[in-house]
Order: sequence, then C-alpha cells, then structure tokens
Amino acid sequence: MMLPVPPAMRASAAKSPPPMKTVVRRIKFESELDLAFGERVAERAYGQKLLSCIQCGTCSATCPLSHYMDYTPRKIIAMTREGFKDEVLNSLTIWLCASCYSCQVQCPRQIHITDVMYALKREAIARGFYPAHHPIPVLARSFYERVFAQGRNTESRLLITLYLRTNPLVMLREAFLGFHLWRKGRLSLKKESIAGRKDLRKMLNAVEHGKKEEPL
Amino acid sequence: MPDTDSSHPLRIGFYICHCGHNIAGTIDVASVAHYAAALPHVSVAREYKYMCSDPGQELIQKDIRDLELNRIVVASCSPLLHEHTFRQAVEKGGLNPFFFQMVNIREDVSWVNDNPAAATVKAKDLARAAIFRVSHHRALDKKHVSIHPDALVVGAGIAGIHAALTLANAGKKVTLVEREPTIGGHMAMFDKTFPTLDCAACILTPKMSAVRNHPNIRLLSYSEVKVVGGYVGNYKVTIRRKPRYIKEELCVGCMECIEACVYKEGKTPDEFNQGLSKRKPIYIPFPQATPQVVVIDPATCIEFKSGHCKKTCVSVCDRGAVDFSQKEETIDIDVGTIILATGYATFDPKRLPYYGYGKYPNVYSSLEVERLVNASGPTAGELILRDGRHPKTVGIIHCVGSRDRNTNRWCSRTCCMYSLKLAHLLKEHTEAEVYNFYIDIRAAGKSYEEFYDKLLEENIHFVRGRVAEVTDWAARPSEEGKLVIRVEDTLIGVVRRVPVDMVVLAVGMEPSADAQDVRRMFNISCSTEGFFLERHPKLAPVDTFTDGIFIAGACQGPKDIPDSVAQAGAAAAQALTLIDTGEVELEPNTAYIAEEFCSGCKSCLGICPYTAITRDEIKGKAFINEALCKGCGTCVAACPSGAIRQHLFEDDQIFSEIDGILADDNLTTAGVER
Amino acid sequence: MTYLYFPGCSLRSTGRAYEESLLAVCRKLEIPLHELDDWNCCGATAYVSIDETRAFTLAARNLAIADHLPQPDGSDPQILAPCNACYMVLAKTHHFMESNAEVRAHVSTALHAGGMTYTGQTRVRHPLDVFVNDFGIDRIAKKVVHPLKGFRVACYYGCQVVRPFSEFDHPVYPMTMDRLVTALGAESVDWPMKTRCCGGSLTGTIQEAGFRLNRALLKEATKRKANIILTCCPLCQHNLECYQQRINRRYGETINLPVAYFTQFMGLALGIPAKELAIQRLFKPPLSPAPAGKQEIHAHA
Ligand SMILES: Cc1cc2nc3c(=O)[nH]c(=O)nc-3n(C[C@H](O)[C@H](O)[C@H](O)COP(=O)(O)OP(=O)(O)OC[C@H]3O[C@@H](n4cnc5c(N)ncnc54)[C@H](O)[C@@H]3O)c2cc1C
Ligand code: SF4
Ligand code: SF4
Repeated sequence: MMLPVPPAMRASAAKSPPPMKTVVRRIKFESELDLAFGERVAERAYGQKLLSCIQCGTCSATCPLSHYMDYTPRKIIAMTREGFKDEVLNSLTIWLCASCYSCQVQCPRQIHITDVMYALKREAIARGFYPAHHPIPVLARSFYERVFAQGRNTESRLLITLYLRTNPLVMLREAFLGFHLWRKGRLSLKKESIAGRKDLRKMLNAVEHGKKEEPL
Repeated sequence: MPDTDSSHPLRIGFYICHCGHNIAGTIDVASVAHYAAALPHVSVAREYKYMCSDPGQELIQKDIRDLELNRIVVASCSPLLHEHTFRQAVEKGGLNPFFFQMVNIREDVSWVNDNPAAATVKAKDLARAAIFRVSHHRALDKKHVSIHPDALVVGAGIAGIHAALTLANAGKKVTLVEREPTIGGHMAMFDKTFPTLDCAACILTPKMSAVRNHPNIRLLSYSEVKVVGGYVGNYKVTIRRKPRYIKEELCVGCMECIEACVYKEGKTPDEFNQGLSKRKPIYIPFPQATPQVVVIDPATCIEFKSGHCKKTCVSVCDRGAVDFSQKEETIDIDVGTIILATGYATFDPKRLPYYGYGKYPNVYSSLEVERLVNASGPTAGELILRDGRHPKTVGIIHCVGSRDRNTNRWCSRTCCMYSLKLAHLLKEHTEAEVYNFYIDIRAAGKSYEEFYDKLLEENIHFVRGRVAEVTDWAARPSEEGKLVIRVEDTLIGVVRRVPVDMVVLAVGMEPSADAQDVRRMFNISCSTEGFFLERHPKLAPVDTFTDGIFIAGACQGPKDIPDSVAQAGAAAAQALTLIDTGEVELEPNTAYIAEEFCSGCKSCLGICPYTAITRDEIKGKAFINEALCKGCGTCVAACPSGAIRQHLFEDDQIFSEIDGILADDNLTTAGVER
Repeated sequence: MTYLYFPGCSLRSTGRAYEESLLAVCRKLEIPLHELDDWNCCGATAYVSIDETRAFTLAARNLAIADHLPQPDGSDPQILAPCNACYMVLAKTHHFMESNAEVRAHVSTALHAGGMTYTGQTRVRHPLDVFVNDFGIDRIAKKVVHPLKGFRVACYYGCQVVRPFSEFDHPVYPMTMDRLVTALGAESVDWPMKTRCCGGSLTGTIQEAGFRLNRALLKEATKRKANIILTCCPLCQHNLECYQQRINRRYGETINLPVAYFTQFMGLALGIPAKELAIQRLFKPPLSPAPAGKQEIHAHA
C-alpha cells in the first residue's frame, strides 16, 4: 500500500532543495563593545534621557520608515546604550530617518530620538561610516558646502551635484521632472547667495574653534 | 409565634435569585419558581434579580408577615457568601433564623454547567431537596463566646513589630514571640530600602526600641510557640524560651564579655552576617539588636563542651549576668486573638548550580550583598570580595528561583526592586560597571517606576534576558580571571558574554522551612506554594479560615516592607474589632449528646480533632464543649449508640433532603410528612 | 504688527506658488509683511547631520537679524516661516538658545565673530498659526466671497509644522488647517495621516522608501474621497504632487489628486484671481476660477 505524500513534501520534492545556509557567527564579546558609547551619544542628544529608554517600541511603531530600517529605532537606542557602536554607525537606519520627529513626541520617556539619529549621522559622516556614493551623506555634504559658501541653497544646483556625485544615471530620470518644473516656473538655476557671506563664514569658522565634536 | 408551634400548618416561601446573568443566564429561573410553587406546603415561590439586595430581603420579610410563612428557602449563591444575610432577613421577618435553608445554584449549577436544560433540572432537584429538608428544621438559639482581650503576635519582623505596636498602642496587652535572639527580621539586615533609599536601621530601630519599652508589650525573644489550644477568643498557648545563659534583666549589652571571651577571634560563621564574618561563642547579632542582650551558643562555648573554660566572660561582667545554669523555660498564656507574622526564607541558590553559587567565591546571594554594603556589616560597608579584590564590574541576575517551573513558579515581587537598589548602592560604593540581567522589570509600587527611571539614567546596564550560566571559562584574553555571564540580549537579538568580577543572585522569596509545622500548630491552611492562606484573596486578605487567627507580612506571600506594614496594620485592626466587640457568635451547627443514649464508652473522646469532647466523670457520660466544637460531624458518625447528634444535621433533616433529591418529578409527599 | 517674512530657499524655487499665494493673501487681509533683510538658509535638516553647532549658528543668524528689529508697539519681532523645515529649525534654535546654556554659549560666540548678537526676543511663527490664531478664523470667514463648496479637503500638515517645537496645535492630530478650510466653505476629510511623514528628501535619495510613503498618503486620501490635498510646506507639496505619475507607474496605481498650498485655497475663497495665486504653476490646478459657488475640479493641467 502506498502512503499518501503530504502536500508539503511533494512540493519540496518537485523543487530543488534550498541551498545550504552558510553558518554565521553571532555572539558579542563585551570586549568588542564600547561601553561608554551610550553615555556619549546621550550627551550629544541633550541629556541623559537616552539611557532611560524602557524599550517599549513606541518609536519603532510610530516611525513611518521603521519597516525599511535594518534596526528599528528602539533597537538603535538599545544598541547605542549597550555600546554596539560599529553596528549602529553602519546601519541603514540612521540614513532612513527623515527627521519627522514622530518618535520624539510620542516617546514615553521623552527621549530625543531624532537628535540621537542626528548625532549618529554626524558621527558616521565624520568617520566615513557609510558606503561610497550613498546619496544621503553626499546630499548632506553638498548642501553643507553650498550653504557654507553662499549662505543660501539653490535647490536645482544641489540636486545636480548630488546626482553627479552619486549616480549620474538618476539625473536622466529626474531631468524630465526638472523640465516640467522649469516650465511651471518652479525651477531656477540662478545661484542664490547673501550679501553678508563674509560675516557668515566668519561665524561658521568661529565654531570650528569653539566647539568641535570629539569622535564618539 | 407561628414558627414555634408545630401544630401550625407548614407554609414555605421559596425564592430564586437571578444574580444578574450569573444564574439566570443558564438556569430558567421562572420555570424553577413555577415548579417549586407546586411542591407540597409551598405557599409562595418567587424569582428576583438580586435576592441579597435590600429589596430582595424585604420581599422575604413582607411575605413572612403577609402570607404567614414559617419556613424559607432561598436558591442563590454559596452559603459562604450570603447565608448570614438571609438568616438575618428571616429573623427580621419574625422567624427563628434557622427556619431557613439555602440552595447553591450558582457555584454548584450555573457556573459549572453550560447546558441550560440540564442546569434547570438540577436546580429543581436541589430546590426540591431543600424544601423537603426545611420542614424538619427546628428553632435554635444563637450562642456566643467572649473574647480574651490579650493578643499574641508570632514573629517580630517588620510585620510582627508593626502589628504588636498597633495593638499595644490601642491599649491591648500583647505577647510578641520571636525565635531569634533579636527582633527585626530581614529588614534589620538591610542597609537601605527601596524606593526612597532611606537607611533601614534609621526607620526600623526606633520601632524596635518602642517594642522593647512599651508597657503593653511582653517581648519573648529567642522563644517559640510549642502548643496552641482553645478556640477563637480563648486560645491557650505554650511558649518555650530557649536559654541565653545570660540573665536578660541584668545584661545591659555593654559587650565586654564578648571582648573578654577566651576566643581572641571569632570562629563560627556569623548567622546575621550571612556567614560573611565570624563570631565568638558569646555574641550579639548586631549592635542595635533588641533586646540588647548577648547570647551564648552552647554548641561552640568551651565551658559547655568541656567544662574547663576560664570563663573570662563571667569574671568581666560586674553585673553578674552570665548564668551557665540557665534552663529552658515554658510559659503558658491565654489570648483571644493571634497574629502570625513569621515571614519568609530566601531561595537557596545552590539549587541552580549553573549560577556557580558556592563554587565561585565571588558569586553572592542578594542577602549577602545587603550585609556587604551595610555600614555596620562585616566589611563596614566597603565592598571587598571574598578573594580580597574590589569589583570593577558587577552582574546582578534577577529571578533566581522565581518564575521558574523547575523551582518556584511565582514572582517574588521584591527582587526587581531590591536589585535596582543594590545596583545603585554597588555603583555608589564602587563606581563599577553594573549590569542587571532581567526577564521583565516589575516596578509596580508607588514611586517604584520612578526609581527604575532614575536608575536607568545612572547608566546602569539593563540587559533583558535570563542568564544561562556563570562560568570561569575564558574564551578571550579579556575574559581571563573573570566570571563570564552568558545571556541572550533579547532586545538586540544577540547572545552576549559579559565578563564580571562579582555576580549577585537576586534570590526569590519562599515559605519558611517550618511553615507547614506552624500551619498545623495554629490549624490554618497554606496555599499550594506553601505560604499561609488567607480567607479570601481580595476581601479577607489577613483573615484565615480559623477565627481569631490573622496573618501579616511575607508569611502570606512575597511582599515588600510597605505591603507588609499595611497588612500588619490590617491584621491588628481585625484583631481589635474582635477584642472590642467582646464576644463572637458561634455557628449553632454543633454536636450534642443525647445523654439517655450515651453509654459512656469513650469512643468519641480521641477522635475529635478539636478536643471538644471530655467525659463527665460524675455522670459517666461524654460532654461536648460547644465553643470548641467546629461541627465537623466526626463524632456523630462514630458514636456506636447514636447518642451524638448535631444541630442542623439531624437525621430527619438529612434523610428528607436525600428523599428530596431522589424523588422524581411526580412528587410524593413522603419527604414532607412530619 | 509687521511679520518678518522668511521665505527660505524653497519658496524661491520649487515653492514659488506658495510664496506668490501667501503674499497675495496677506495683501488681501492687510497683514503687513517685510522680508527679513539678507536672510540666510536655515540649515534645514541636512546641516545638523554634519555639524550641529554650525547648523544652530546658521539659523541663529536669522533670529539675530530679527532680534534687532523691535516692533513699534513694543511687541517681540516675529519671523513668519512658511516652510515647515525652516519653521522647525528656527523654532528649535530659538528653543535651544533659551534652554541650553552650552548651545547658547557656543552660538553666541560664533555670532559675535560676525558682529551679531541674539538676545532671545524673536518669535518664530508659521502662516497657518498666524492666519488662524492672530488674524482670526471668524474674520477670515467673514471675508469669504467664494465659499469653496464641493471640495473635500485632505488637510496634510506634514511633520515639522507641529513637531516637536510648535505650540499652536497637537503634534499628531492637529486641527488648525481643518478649521480653516471649513471656514472657507469646504469640507475637511477626517484622516489619520495628516502628520505622517512624506519622506522629505528621501524621494530624491532612497526613492523606494520615499515613494512608498507618498503612495500611502495619496491612496488613503483618494480612498476617503478627498478631491484635493492641501499642504503647508513646499517639500510636502512637491513630493505629493510631482511624483504621482511615477508612483502610478511603479506600483500600478491610478492616483490623480490635485495638491495645492492652503494659501492658494484661501486666496480663491477670498476672491483673489487665480493668476495671482499661481494656480497655473501647479501640475494639476484644483479648480477653474469660475463664478462664486460654482467651482469645478479640473481633470488635468
Ligand atoms: C535581599 C532582599 C532585599 C530586600 N530589600 C527590601 C527593600 O529595600 N525594601 C522593601 O520594602 N523590601 C525589601 N525586601 C523585602 C523585605 O525583606 C520583606 O518585605 C520584609 O522583610 C517582610 O517582613 P516580615 O516581617 O513579613 O518577614 P521577616 O522579615 O522575614 O520577619 C519574620 C520574623 O519572624 C521570625 N519567625 C519566623 N518563624 C518564626 C516562628 N515560628 N516563631 C517565632 N518567630 C518566627 C523570624 O525570625 C523573623 O524575625 C528585601 C528582601 C530581600 C530578600
Ligand atoms: S519610544 Fe522611547 S522609551 Fe520607547 S523604545 Fe523608543 S526610545 Fe525607548
Ligand atoms: S524622526 Fe526618524 S526615527 Fe523618528 S520617527 Fe521620524 S523617521 Fe523615524
């Protein structure tokens, strides 16, 4: 007598078996952690509140981007607090954060989560912790340079720089939209700048001497 | 009165309660009422939404008056809940309260039956049985016993101390019995208390000396209750006083004898310091011990072992307080009420060998750490490990022997909070990196969450996960010489190895080793886990099933100091209520001797669990002390001559009830014939 | 009182329709505006990612310019910042200059280097707040000449106008714009996504994420039978309007919703000609400037 084959078995018999998964070692030795990292980030993000996180997950649930993140905001806080510096600074999460402040206004412990994200972004950018041509740090950098020099940003020029520095192909795709905007009078290539450029630069340079963030 | 005259025809009133949906949701109450109305002698049968409400009770009273009822049956909830209510209503209506029978159709029928038709049939059967039975009820007199105004409190931890002081301040004489040489219980061992971090000694010692000095409190330390007899209001208690070999009334606690002892150094592990230091054979548990009287431990004293000691202690004491001839004493007292406050024991962490307690010297139990951080502890509050080092990293493991089906299933309720407290103190004393390994943080008391919040901001690590092992296996050079904690950080999703210098095991709270003996001696019950059982978990949390005996503090279940004190106050209030009422009403369901049938065979004497039966030597017959009789019925069944009977359980009553149950729906009047 | 208008970089390019309609409405309501002299970029959200103190300094320079322009009636100078990001960054900087001594010290030093000081007088305001709470919703209602009947408006606030430093409405469920459009004769659609992020610049950087956020907003507004989305931020308007076709193609949707500035909508109700409100600059104008009470929805530009 033949025993009926359960459907699941038949299906897998028909397909080729899945490839063997490679074994990945995942354990954390305390010596690999930077225990004071959390406290330093907390200081950067205004006060010790980061440490008072109760891991409730409200931030992750309210964050509109958490489902694209490699670590949810809650996990970022947990890892920051416990000193998982490399993981945090290498995460995609900090680049996906759109600074919408949803998490921050809802956090039951009033943790400045968005400011934590900023602090982590700054650190990652300062120490080159992001893939080359990653558009977000590149955008931030280009924007920074432009405003530093001119006092104002020219959106069109900023985008062109961004695409040139990251993926010129995107520019082709965006050119069509650009043309439409230009036709509607919503795109200007005129370089914006302010009269008090020199003084502004003096101010910004004064900061260099004033407060420079130590690497975390 | 109609009820006392048996020539009057029987007129029974039957009432069935809906109890909201509790009963009426399952049982067709209208049909039961209709059915009962047709039973013999039933004059009226009604249904009502809530019989226990005032209108419900008034219904009965009005019917008694208007319809000249002389027997009442109520089908509703458990007699435990409302028998008293309905008896009172019947009495107010002008009938003897015992012309009443209650049928439990809620716990016994509707709550346990999901078939409405079958439930309705069962309700009818039970109603019929009660109606048959109630016809045979007789008028009975209520009985009262007086309450002795003195009280006994057993156990002088914070709960016992508070209960004793409350009673004494209300003017009652209290005997406070404590097993150890000093009062104070566990609280006396702590340095600080959560969540306010006030010093334990500062808040406890004033209460301890208040006990000592209170004119209404007789403190019997180093003593234990041996025998308990009697009944509510009239307990007879025998207490054994262990010899201290010191005359308590002479000793002033100057401790010069300890200094003078021939032992230059202590050799015996100090119990109060959890064995973290050594004491001499003559010692005092701690400087503020109450009473401030030293003790001699005969097991280690040379004089007791060999009889050849120089007895320097005797010569140094100019008050002549040392007395090697002291003997054990027994003291008998009479009290009306008893409060048990015998506290708890901590879980023995050796039962979980994977945490290395007893194997690695730097693994500590939380109670040991309480002593270690205590300014008056073995190291004067300096954190020196057993191997002499100062810890730079400390791991506190929560839920050791709690929330674990392999050991104790319950949550010990205090460990989260005292772990937070210890984390704070350890950080404060050592500036070490402190980790808490927890399953959940349970900080539900007033100001507790705020305390947790504060701790979080002190940069103490909180790793969510139950630790699997503590080992000295170093997988990396950085782990060399350390205790390595292996845990899943469930919040981050990675297994971690955390090397530390010191491990603190947050041991749970469990029943004291002798809880079962104490329970038997005082004739109360324990819940499955072994803590003393309260009469009702919500509505009678400090009462027990034995009248006049109350429980307070951690002997009833794990709890912290605020809850222990609150319970102690409640227990004292309950005792005071009894004392100030002066007497209690007894259930009349006691056994009695029909003397004309008693042959004086004595078979009943030994079998009464409450020793209520004695023999009247003059008459040569058995005699039952009604105050002692609990109505268990053992003797009634045992008497070979059928001379012992029991009120409310007379043969005719029981047989008619059985007839009622067995009668089929085509009724006969057999059961109700008189 | 004169409001110190701070256009920010966007209102001079992609947000031009916002600027034109805002100015037209203020003229109509006789709300005096004066453009902040030589204002500079607020720093937006990108600058903080590089250097926080410099980001604060950038924003503080604007606050400092306003700080020295006290009002004739003695009241505090008020910056009017229509872009949500500018509004939030300026408000945040003011907040930190007030409450954080360290930030105040560093930024003050920097301002000094350029010959400026900030004493903390400046108030930062958003036009939504000013119209509804300063000018008053009743007064606006009285001035309506073309009640905007037939419009079901999904009011979209975006994030930073209500979070985390503004005080005029709830950070998650604001109602200011809803009350405004009701006063204009339109119907506001109750929807739970009024402050759900549009992704900001993610539409240009990580498009998969950015587009999906906008798709969710557009789909939900459509599902709730809104026939227009109103915004109060140039970036939100840009994201929701300009990527509709791309989102439709990418995800097989058929979204077709006009997205306008709330100021344009106000202007129409107040009887300002469509041209002055830059309706023609939208890809999908919401309505033809028809006689009062008879507006219709345009199918396409
Ligand atoms: C490590 C640790 C730290 C803690 N820290 C805190 C804290 O900071 N704050 C807080 O609120 N709670 C704390 N707790 C809980 C606290 O210990 C209890 O809530 C409290 O001690 C309960 O008091 P009790 O009087 O019921 O019991 P106990 O303190 O156990 O006292 C019972 C007394 O009865 C005596 N006794 C026992 N059996 C007999 C008998 N048969 N005859 C005569 N006498 C007897 C005992 O010798 C003892 O003196 C802590 C617990 C632990 C384990
Ligand atoms: S919402 Fe706040 S407390 Fe909750 S997990 Fe996020 S950061 Fe922690
Ligand atoms: S501010 Fe960033 S992390 Fe917080 S909810 Fe918004 S996108 Fe998510």
